[in-house]
Formats: sequence, C-alpha cells, structure tokens
Amino acid sequence: MKTNTLILHTAALAIMPLQLMFSVFLLLRGHDEPGGGFIGGLVAASAFVLYAFAFGAESTRKLLRVSPRDILAAGLLFGLASTIPAFWTGQAMLTALWWEVPLPGDGYLKLSTVLIFDIGVYLAVLGTLMTFVISLMESDE
Amino acid sequence: MMLLAVLSGFLLAVAVPALYRVAGRHIGWVLALLPALLTAYFASLIPAISGGESLLIRNQWMPGLGVSLDFMVDGLSLVFALLISGIGTFILIYAGSYLKGHKDLARFYVVMLSFMASMLGLVLSDNLITFFVFWELTSITSYMLIGFNHEDAEARKCALQGLFVTAGGGLVLMAGLILLIFITGSYSFSEILASDLAIHEHGYYTAAAVCILVGAFTKSAQVPFHFWLPNAMAAPTPVSAYLHSATMVKAGVYLLARLNSSMDGDALWSNSLMFFGAATMFTGAYLAFSSTGIKKVLAYSTVMALGTLTMLIGAGTEKAIIAFVCVLVAHSLYKGALFMLAGALDHETGTKDITKMGGLRRSMPRTALITCMAALSLAGLPPLFGFVAKELMFESVLNSPAWSWGLLAAAVASSILVVAVAGLVFLKPFFGPARTTPRQPHDAPFAMLIGPAVLTLLALILGVAPFLPAPLVLDAAVSSVYGSGVQTALALWHGVNVPLILSGISLLAGSLLFVAWQRLHPTLHAVNTAGGRVGPEAGYFRFMLGITQIASWQTRVLQNGVLGVYLLILVLVTFGLTGYTLFTRHGFQLDFDFSNGYFYEFGIALLIVAATVFASVTRSRLGSVASVGVLGFGVALIFIHFSAPDLGITQLLVETLTVILLVLVLFKLPPFVNLSSPWERYRDLTVAVFAGAIMTLLMLAALDIQYFDSISSYYIENSYGLAFGKNIVNVILVDFRQLDTLGEIFVLGLAAMGVYSMVKLRAEDQHKA
Repeated sequence: MKTNTLILHTAALAIMPLQLMFSVFLLLRGHDEPGGGFIGGLVAASAFVLYAFAFGAESTRKLLRVSPRDILAAGLLFGLASTIPAFWTGQAMLTALWWEVPLPGDGYLKLSTVLIFDIGVYLAVLGTLMTFVISLMESDE
Repeated sequence: MMLLAVLSGFLLAVAVPALYRVAGRHIGWVLALLPALLTAYFASLIPAISGGESLLIRNQWMPGLGVSLDFMVDGLSLVFALLISGIGTFILIYAGSYLKGHKDLARFYVVMLSFMASMLGLVLSDNLITFFVFWELTSITSYMLIGFNHEDAEARKCALQGLFVTAGGGLVLMAGLILLIFITGSYSFSEILASDLAIHEHGYYTAAAVCILVGAFTKSAQVPFHFWLPNAMAAPTPVSAYLHSATMVKAGVYLLARLNSSMDGDALWSNSLMFFGAATMFTGAYLAFSSTGIKKVLAYSTVMALGTLTMLIGAGTEKAIIAFVCVLVAHSLYKGALFMLAGALDHETGTKDITKMGGLRRSMPRTALITCMAALSLAGLPPLFGFVAKELMFESVLNSPAWSWGLLAAAVASSILVVAVAGLVFLKPFFGPARTTPRQPHDAPFAMLIGPAVLTLLALILGVAPFLPAPLVLDAAVSSVYGSGVQTALALWHGVNVPLILSGISLLAGSLLFVAWQRLHPTLHAVNTAGGRVGPEAGYFRFMLGITQIASWQTRVLQNGVLGVYLLILVLVTFGLTGYTLFTRHGFQLDFDFSNGYFYEFGIALLIVAATVFASVTRSRLGSVASVGVLGFGVALIFIHFSAPDLGITQLLVETLTVILLVLVLFKLPPFVNLSSPWERYRDLTVAVFAGAIMTLLMLAALDIQYFDSISSYYIENSYGLAFGKNIVNVILVDFRQLDTLGEIFVLGLAAMGVYSMVKLRAEDQHKA
C-alpha cells in the first residue's frame, strides 16, 4: 500500500519530525504533566504510520533501520532492566531510584529508574504498533 | 556471596556463546572452572556447619509477597550443593569431549549451566516459594536437555513426557507448599523446621502431605511415576549422568528429607514413604535386570536407588537416616561415574546394547578398570563405599519400626538383582568373546575418563576410611534430616552379623542370576512387553490421548472458525455471569439523575449514540470503522471534560491507530456480502442489546456502591512525596503499579508476535504452495 499524492508526501516529511520531537517531549515530561511513555510511544508510532502510508512499508523499514520487533524487544529489556538496580542496593525489586544531576546554572536534571522504565514502555508500544502495521502492509505483497 | 554463588551459573550461561567463540573445543575445561570454584566455596563452608548449625543468608526479593532469596546452608543442603557442583565440574569437562564438534555445543552448555544453577538454588533455598521457582526451573531446563537432539521425534516425545510428569507433579507440589504455608504461617524452611508446631494435627495436614508426596514422587521417579526417567535417557549421556542420576531426580528426595523432621511421627507420611519406596526399589531393580540398553539398565538402577532413599526416609530411625545420607552419596558417586563410562562405551563402540558388546577389556583397559570399581560399588561389595551404604541399609531395614519383614524381603530381592545388574554392566561388555562393534573400540580420551576416575576413587577412599567424612558433613547432614544431633560411627568391617550374611546371600544369588541371564532374558522380555500394555506408562498415554480428544471436541464446539460464534459465546458468558451476580447481589435499580448535566454533555452523549447506530446499520465497511472511531473520540471528549487529560490523549491516539489498523485489515477483504440469515441477525441483535443493558446497569450500580474505601486519596497524597511525580496517572503506571505495567508491555509484545506470526507464516505457506 503506497500512495503517490504529492500533498501526503510533503506533509508527511514536514510533520513527521515534529511528531517525533513531540513524542519525546511527551515522554520526558510525563512524570509531572500529561504524557508519558505510553502516549509518547503512540505518537511516535503514528508518525511512522503516516510515513508508511506515504512511502510504503519498505521505505519505513529502511527509515527505522532496525526491525520493529527488535525495537519491541529493546523496550521489554529496558522495562526489565529498570527493575534491577534497586535490587543491588539491597532494596526490594521494582523500588524506584532517583538521581539528581545538577546542571550548570540553577537547574538540575531528574534521572530515575522510572524514566528508564518509561523509555521501555515507549519503545515497546512503538515496536508493537510498527510490527502490526508493517506486517499487515507487507502481507499483500 | 551466596547469592552470587547460586546465580553465577545463570550469569555464565549468558556468556557461553561468546566464550565458545574464543575457547573453541576447550570450552568444557574453561566452563568447568566455575563449578570447581563453587565446590571450593561450598567446601569452605564446611567448618561453619559441621557442628550441626545452619547458616542463614538473607536477601530481599519481593518482601510484600513473603518471597525472599534467603538461603539456608546446613548439613543436608551442603552435601547436595557439594555433589551438584563437584559432579558438575567433571560433567562439564566430559561433555566437551563427548559432544566434541556438535553444532549446538554452545546451546548445550547454556542450558546445562542454567540447570546447575537452578539445582543449587533448589537445595539452598530457605523460602518455600523460591524453592518452588527453582524446582520448576529444573523441570524446564531438563526438558530442554532431554530434548537436546530436537530433530529426533523420539527425543521430543520423551522430553515432553518428562516435562508433563514433573511439571504436573510440580503443580501439585505448589498446592502442597501453599497448604504448608497456611498450616505453619511461615514461608521459610528454617522457621518451619525450628517450630515445634504439630503439623500433622492440623486439618489441612492430609491434603498438604499428599500433595507434597505426589510432587516429590513425580520428580524422583517413584512408582507409579517411574516411567519417565528411563525415557529421559534420550538425552545425551552427560545429561543422563548429571540430571538423571546425581541431581535432578534427587530433588524430590531432598524435599522429603528436608521436611522429614517436621513430619516425623506421622503414620501417613512414613508409611507412604516406606511403601512406595520399597515398591520403587524392587520395580527398579527388576526392570534394570531385564533391560539390554546399557543406559536403560543404569536408569532403572537409579530408580531403584531413589526408591531405597525414599524408603529409608520413611523408616526414619537414626540408623535409617545415616543409611539415607550414605546411600545418597554412594549412589551419586558410582552412578555419575557409571553413566559417564556408559557414554564412553557408546562413544567408542557405537552401540548402547550390552548384548552386542564383549571382550572390550583388551581394547579399553583403563575404561574397564574404572568400570570395575564403579560396578563393585553399585553391587555393594567391599571395599567400596557402596558396601558401607548397603550394610547400613540392611541394618536399618531390620530395625525398621513397621513392616520390617516386607521391607527386608524387598531389600534383599533388590540387592540380589542389583548384583546381577552390576555383572551386566561390567562383565558383559568387557569379558567374554570379543564381538565386532559398529566402531573400532579404543580407550576413551582423558577428558572422558577423569570424571569417573575421580568419582570412583572417592568411593574407594570413603569405603576404606568411612570414618573420614563423619566429623565434616555427615553428622551435620544426618542431624538436619533427623531433627536432632546425631553422632555417626561408620566402619567397613562390622564383624559377622545379619547384614553381612544378607550381603553374602545377595552376592551368591545375584551371581547365579547373572549366569542365568542369557536364558531368562526372552521370558523377561515377554513379561515386560505384556506388562507394558497395562502399566502406568500406558495409563499416561491414554490420559494424554484423552486430553487431546477432549480438546479437539471442545474446539469443534466452541471454536468452529466462525468469528461471530466466538464473540457470541464470549459476550453471553461474560454478561450472563456478570448479570447474574449483579441481580442476585444488588438487584435491579434504574434511577437516572440528569439534573446536573450540562447541555454539551448531552451533546457528546448524542454523538456517541448516533455513531453507534450508524456503525451497526451502515452497509459500508469503511463507514462503519470510521463511526466506531467517532464513538471513541466521543469517549475521549468525556475523559477530557472530566479532567483526565492523560486518558483523553491516550484514547484519541489509540482510536486513531485502531482505525488505521482496521482499515489495513479490511482493505483486503472481499466486498460486503450478507452471509447471515435474518434469524441470526435478530439473535445477534438481542445478545448485543442484552450485553449493553447489563453494562449500563453495572455502571449505574458501580456509581452508588462502594465496598471499599477509595484509594485515590492515597495516590493524590503520596504521588509527589514518595514518587516525585505530579502526574498521578503516570506515577501509578510507572511506579506504584509498575509490575502491572511491566506485565502489560509483555502482553503487548506477545500480541505483536501473534499478529506477526499469523500474517507472516500464512504468507510463507501460500508462497510454498
């Protein structure tokens, strides 16, 4: 399935980077404002789906570079990995750990295992949806 | 340190493929370093426990659920840990040579190391739940090892059989352990053992004991579950030597020994152990005598040893427990050695059938010498440790609290048979006229002989000087099974007494049986074939067949390929049950209160209703999908209106992507045709209205019933304080209920794999056709 309308092509190329940036924005602010890994993953997936509709499954694969299933697997791995660090500090598994990294100036960066977990959710959602879409699109070739 | 020791096998397993690339054919020697180090580590713990103390090493795991990675080291678990890591060292070296050049050698070591780690975890766990997790891990890893040659249909069948029997027993065991937790109120072996609670007076006791016995009996191949063990010989020989003689099948025996001191004094427990143990001992000895494949012979003699161990725990006297520990150690030493030697014979001659081997002592002198020693220990002859163990066994059977004569008869009959079996294993292949074997025989390589040599040497040392291990671990091990401190005094020579006379009788009768083997064999074979038709294994196959038949019947009825029917059944069952509960518990109530509604809320509701009606009446598929999308957007609007932006955004995105996915699928369907009859459509309409009505009533009921206090205030108060997040929805998802989310992303992954395999594999099938 591939469309040849100039409007969709141009629009996809223009919108997609914005969508991807927005998805990362949603992911990172998720802990305090509406957003999070799940929503971010959905936005990112819709960006790639838009691209796939405009340029076909094959080009989307190339754009992704890695197989959607690997993205999914990486997501699950991040999700699991985030549960481990607590264990090594002697706390129960799944306990969230936080690190505050001071930044130049006034601010500081909040890093946490929760963020790692959210990145995992993001990747898992993205990988799952892209597996769905790409395999369905390729099934009629 | 202990945690690392237990888990190191898993860690090394992960690194095996990379190591294999570097180490190549020396991989066995490299990997054997780990169990060697572990052996040294466990040996270093000996002084700490030799006085009968036990070490408790605590590690948190899931404290909220009572699950911890606590480890307990006492005499019993340390003996097991030493056997597992010690024999494991030689097995890993041996396997490198036995499976030299095998294309899946790396895979073999990955599973083997995981197995070893699971087994160590099993014997060292203090927590019942953790113990069970490791128990199941040994079942799973041994499944992969038995089916290692997975291109062979027979190996797959045997692996599956082993898995079904042990994992099925595992489920029963889980029920037993949970009952035990109910009875004692403790998740920990050490607490249960230390408490003086009269477990057998509790109302759940019978159920718990039966479940635990079934679990242990399946794992340790007791009659009537003994059939899976010989079939597990489909595994490569190193696996048989390790799992099916020295380690995995001892797990059940370990559990029985572990719990024995808490169950002691109960008739149900000790009588069933004595009865099934004695039955298994005799069955195993008989079947070993009547088999011809060398691995089968050894496997059945393992069954016999396992029966002996169970029987001895059941007898439960101080002498019996001493005998238990001695038989355990003696058996692990000689059986590990004999299996490795059997593998060497198979490897060098190309056949497993002992009737096809003969006169090999000239071409394989070193193998012959070691086999001779190991077979002497098997037969229970001096000066090997097997003799000491067997004498003790006779003595404790003579003094058994119940059924002394029955047990004695079974014990003497079994040891007569086992003398003959030892003859079969040693004399048949190595003496007599030389026969031509498929391969030109020559002595096995060093890596394959070192293990058996060291193990039999140990058996010899322990036989000549049986007093050596007593102060180190033997006393401690016996004490932890018996429940109170015990001083043992072992000796090779006890003077002329009843056990010695019985040994003499066994030796004599066994030799006669061995001589007559050639003539008896056709009869035995006929008897076993006839018995096989009604035996427990036939029962297993009938049971499995029954399961598949029921499965195919219910699949025909419930899943006949028409998606409409699936949906119909699902909806009817779900809403029928929910509706029933709703009406019986809550009653029928319908009170709408529209007074607080705003006009735009009615607008959204109207939009949703309109979209639903349009979706069900339209003849355009695309139109239907789009209007379902409109419905979803309407719901998203409601979420946003009631200030749940996260839900709203998620709903919008999910609806959009769902419409896209549906379009992708519908795109491929043929044009709309009407396949259903008017009657079917009215039926579907009725069911749909019914489901909708129940759902509406349920929602209304949910609004005015509150069974529990709402927990949302907890989240609101603690979201920032405990989890440093202002977005409560996200904090719940990624912190408070992280485990749920973790499960959900795995479900997502499974769904993706499902779609992928459905679409891709179908495409491949079509491509092939």
